[in-house]
Amino acid sequence: MVGLATSFGSGAMTNSIGELEGAEVLLVTGSNTTETHPQIARNILKGVDRGAKLIVIDPRRTDLAREAHIHLALRPGTDIALINGMMRIILDEDLADDLFISMRTENFTSLRDYLHRLDLHEIAAITGIDLETIRKAACTYARSCKSVICYCLGVTQHTCGTNNVQAVANLAMLTGNVEKEHGGVDPLRGQNNVQGACDMAALPAVLPGYQDLANQEVRERFRVVWGTAPPKTPGKSLTEMTHSGNDGAIQAMFIMGENPVLSDPHLKRVQDTLEHLDFLAVSDIFLTETAKLAHVVFPAASFAEKSGTITNSERRVQLCHKAIEPIGNCRSDSRIIMDLGRRLGCPGMDFASDAEIMEEISLLAPIYGGMHYDRLEGSWGLQWPCWNRDHPGTTFLHKYYFARGKGQFTITEHQEPREGVEKKYPFTLVTGRGSYHHYHTATMTRKSRRLVREYPEALLEINREDCVTLGVQGGDLVEVVSRRGKVRVKAQITDRVQPGSVFTSFHFWEVPINCLTNDVLDPKSKCPEFKVCSVNVKKVEND
Amino acid sequence: MHDVMTICNYCGCGCGVYLRVEQDRVVGSYPSKNHPISQGNLCSKGWHLHEFIHSHKRLTEPLIRRNGKLVPASWDEALDYTAEALRRTQSRLGPDAIGILASAKCSNEENYLLQKLARAGLQTNNIDHCARL
Repeated sequence: MVGLATSFGSGAMTNSIGELEGAEVLLVTGSNTTETHPQIARNILKGVDRGAKLIVIDPRRTDLAREAHIHLALRPGTDIALINGMMRIILDEDLADDLFISMRTENFTSLRDYLHRLDLHEIAAITGIDLETIRKAACTYARSCKSVICYCLGVTQHTCGTNNVQAVANLAMLTGNVEKEHGGVDPLRGQNNVQGACDMAALPAVLPGYQDLANQEVRERFRVVWGTAPPKTPGKSLTEMTHSGNDGAIQAMFIMGENPVLSDPHLKRVQDTLEHLDFLAVSDIFLTETAKLAHVVFPAASFAEKSGTITNSERRVQLCHKAIEPIGNCRSDSRIIMDLGRRLGCPGMDFASDAEIMEEISLLAPIYGGMHYDRLEGSWGLQWPCWNRDHPGTTFLHKYYFARGKGQFTITEHQEPREGVEKKYPFTLVTGRGSYHHYHTATMTRKSRRLVREYPEALLEINREDCVTLGVQGGDLVEVVSRRGKVRVKAQITDRVQPGSVFTSFHFWEVPINCLTNDVLDPKSKCPEFKVCSVNVKKVEND
Repeated sequence: MHDVMTICNYCGCGCGVYLRVEQDRVVGSYPSKNHPISQGNLCSKGWHLHEFIHSHKRLTEPLIRRNGKLVPASWDEALDYTAEALRRTQSRLGPDAIGILASAKCSNEENYLLQKLARAGLQTNNIDHCARL
């Protein structure tokens, strides 16, 4: 989000999901779309059926990569080099959109000079993709004026994640594929309301609607409505809070509906941090691994037991209706927060309905200015920015001008992942969501017998060649070891991963793969490097 | 038996789903035909969306840790205990000794309220959620 916000001024999908099927070229990078965003993948494949060209950048041969016209199976962590190479080829072939660049962007000359200094053969060597394939992909992308880039956490979960995103934004601006109905840059959001949680500023450095924490005018508006101004200094990010160890910076935490003990990198440190807190309160629907460490656990109502709005990937704010009363003695999170807020003397914690809360949001966050419950009811929702009651919402962003004025080109340079492979740890471990049937830490999907029936246990994807060298057969138990920890998991022989790479998901608490992952962060987005860490794999002999 | 329109609770696609309700139990999930994203389709997670709602593993009572063990408590006890612990940390070590994690699984209204509680109530910007994970 930081990356795209720097380049464009806004960190959200520029297009709507329905626009994807009208694109001429779809470049999907770092997203296993068919498994993690099945309905978006359906739109992508519909586009392909209508004749669109599909380019997939992914070290794994995912289902979508199998459908692609061009699959760029790069070495993990070399996205920037690849995209820089594509841009250099676009310049060499004279396919850049000069008019768009001069009218709508800034800082192009420095990027151009940088690209001209690149050696394309070196790029082929870094990425492990031959130059002809890169050239074909670059020309296909640049020749169309309806090219869309979809990206997901495969791009952001690196120490250079912000730069990866800026490289993607550079590519789109270089070819003028931004401000259109069927052309743009689309980060796919992993959870039902990541977009909304960001919009509402459940973030340490902005106020609702991505407003500047330091802007005096904005602060004044919040002071008037809240009765007190928000604090000035930006706060700590999630990984800074959950990995502080025993440094004592954070002594009490309230965690609503999250399970960092299973989802965060370098789990041992998360567990240590949470165990050493003076006080931890957790609100969740299940007794998660995190809730088990708490001093107080609140039983929260599930999505079916409360109303409210959520905002999807394409910025669409939609109403959820309450289907049943909260089960047992559960309460909705909004009620829990307000009850707690009143006890803490927080002003304005007595809303009678979700609609009333939304009225305050629309008052304070200009992009939600026209979101009123009576408009959301009976429609399919509204896409922000929606400035006022008469505004119809916005299907695609940056028409005529970027949110930040002019689009900004940023030079991005390849940097090797923090952990290279070496003799002791010769494999690269990539993690992600691994199955069509499970979701994140699987606290919900594993309560469904049918989903469990389809995908009952964790599997480590290993390439056929490596299986031969390691003497491993499908179903064998293997031990995966990194500098931080080890887990045991069953092997699956596959050609989805390249030789030298292994992949598994973080769905299963029995195989807490994040014991192994590296908690080095991207310096700007604070996103951990989940996608590359070095490991050793060996067969567990029966004892 | 009746159907209630809602939005799927899993990924960021935001599919329109009808929950089928029978005697206070959600017994099925069905795609909305005209919803702009789902258009009559759901993935396997969406079709089984309702199955965790009535899981016997759901938490149904507030819990407080006493002598190392989490035991059932009343709402007032749990809320009072939490408010007091947060206030104590705040007065002893300052507001920035408190950290709040909101959730990408909760509604806009809930996330708004929680960041308001952090910023206006506790006077800290230490609020984040799992967008990067």
